[in-house]
Amino acid sequence: MTMTKTMQKIIYTLLFLLVSQLAHAKLEIQIIQGNASALPIAVIPMQWRAADPRPTTGVAEVVSSDLYRSGLFDPLDEQDMVDRPVDVESIRYGTWRLLKVDYIVIGHVKDAPGGTGYDIVYQLVDVHTQEALLSQVTTVGFGDLRFGAHRVADAIYQKLTGIAGAFSTRIAYISSTGVGNDQNYQLFVADADGFNPQAVVGSPEPLLSPSWSPDGQNLAYVSFEKGNSAIYVQNVATGQRELVSSSKGINGAPAYSPDGRFLAMALSVSGNPEIYIRDLTTGQKRQLTQHWAIDTEPAWSPDSQWVYFTSDRGGKPQIYRVAASGGKPSRVTMEGDYNARASISPDGTRIAMAHGRGNEYRIAVLDTDTGRVRILTPGVLDESPSFAPNGSMILYATREGPRGVLSAVSVDGNVRQRLILTEGDVREPAWSPVIR
Amino acid sequence: MNNTWRLLLALVIAVSISACKTTEPAPDTTDTDTDTKPVTEVTTAAAVDPRDYTSNRAAENFDNPESLLSKRVIYFDFDKSEVRSEYRAIVAAHAAYVSSHGSARVTLEGHADERGTREYNLGLGERRGNAVTGLLSAAGAMGNQLDTVSYGEERPVCRVSDDSCWSQNRRVEIVYTAR
Repeated sequence: MTMTKTMQKIIYTLLFLLVSQLAHAKLEIQIIQGNASALPIAVIPMQWRAADPRPTTGVAEVVSSDLYRSGLFDPLDEQDMVDRPVDVESIRYGTWRLLKVDYIVIGHVKDAPGGTGYDIVYQLVDVHTQEALLSQVTTVGFGDLRFGAHRVADAIYQKLTGIAGAFSTRIAYISSTGVGNDQNYQLFVADADGFNPQAVVGSPEPLLSPSWSPDGQNLAYVSFEKGNSAIYVQNVATGQRELVSSSKGINGAPAYSPDGRFLAMALSVSGNPEIYIRDLTTGQKRQLTQHWAIDTEPAWSPDSQWVYFTSDRGGKPQIYRVAASGGKPSRVTMEGDYNARASISPDGTRIAMAHGRGNEYRIAVLDTDTGRVRILTPGVLDESPSFAPNGSMILYATREGPRGVLSAVSVDGNVRQRLILTEGDVREPAWSPVIR
Repeated sequence: MNNTWRLLLALVIAVSISACKTTEPAPDTTDTDTDTKPVTEVTTAAAVDPRDYTSNRAAENFDNPESLLSKRVIYFDFDKSEVRSEYRAIVAAHAAYVSSHGSARVTLEGHADERGTREYNLGLGERRGNAVTGLLSAAGAMGNQLDTVSYGEERPVCRVSDDSCWSQNRRVEIVYTAR
């Protein structure tokens, strides 16, 4: 028992060390291109009624910045809030109409019954109809107040846009620091707003291609730590990991099927990269493609029935798709010289990809119904698109001078935001599924 | 208990990774061999013919800038993996060396420039490595002497986004792991 306590202490100390080490690695977010029709909303600072001291970052602040980041909302600055009602009865609607605010969020934080955490009690009110659109209690553990705030933002976003929010999700990415012999690669996991970055694994050799398991528990990724590429699967919480593939040649591009049963990979054990599928229950793998060309970057359809992949069997890299059970692949992209690294929207109607023309690579989206291709980003070396689990945004890697940065763009191309790691080159983003 | 230990271990690793940058040197790909033969022997012995790729002294030519054996990087065109004619003689010299020295082991490290996606570029780097491997094999090198590793665009020698830099990064490095 004492042993466990001591161990807990050590773990907390290490956790503290880890967090303080990584504090400098926080992502900053900045909207590059916004939306003129953003909804004006005021998230009033929430009254703190819990026994513990009030945290420095309030729930309302987190909710406000989430909504702002989406590009669809224009939250009122806290300093402009001339009134701070704590309940529906004390809202003076005339004041808010004068401030041209359409929606108000009010609430308070109190201890949850049973002493297990906090209750965030809040209401979303329409200033014009004076109607409470949402009246909810979100319960979180003591250390999870930010997460609770993201869930509040998710609920507000869903109520006002009709689309499920994706603020309480996470992102994975690769960061590279140093040059030459001091080069160091790290696989990070952070909250979707860039907070709480945690190094999952680090290596002096390249790391790439993180892929989330559909339950958000594991990450598959490629590491060169053994000299050649190898695929690992690692539990994000415990750090426990498994070597999945280290055959001769390339071991790359792992991708979990949405049903969680399979891991698609690109292996060149036969002499050139082919798509293989590993059954995660039995550990058996089977070859899905067979062609002398480069077949790589598998991506699953939401129903796990189809595998999209990049192939240069037609001369240039293009997206193809094949039934997950096997069969003859068919070409999907027809426009452009270079289409690669597909990411499929959660509803299956859009395919995001790196679209190359000359020396310029941009993120484009193919509408699978109409066949139309839309270029969403200005380039010039944009790659690795990854759909948000609600399909609203696409996270991707881009450049600022020699430095890699992450950006997100709305699927209509109207809202773009940049996420910057304060140190190092950031690339290979992967947006997590919704973690319940 | 077991899980707690694992968590502890993972944290220790994570902290040590984030706390200290590695000082371990990266594998030497430029192959700067410092020959430690006594100076007297070098001065007394006659210089090896730079076109000697096959004798038991041919290894001395790895450091002779006059010899093709000192050239160990092959460059490629964009999105191509054909060995250009100007590099055929270099590959032929290495093929002659490897096929006449049974203990020689070579790793062909394939690389791509930053344009395009990382995983596709891994494939491209491998295809370039295989192109050189194919020429070496055709000229008599044995399969067990040759190995191909692709680093794709992950290990550029030059980090500027322009043509001159890209052309330096599209390469195969011929790395001798044994001579």
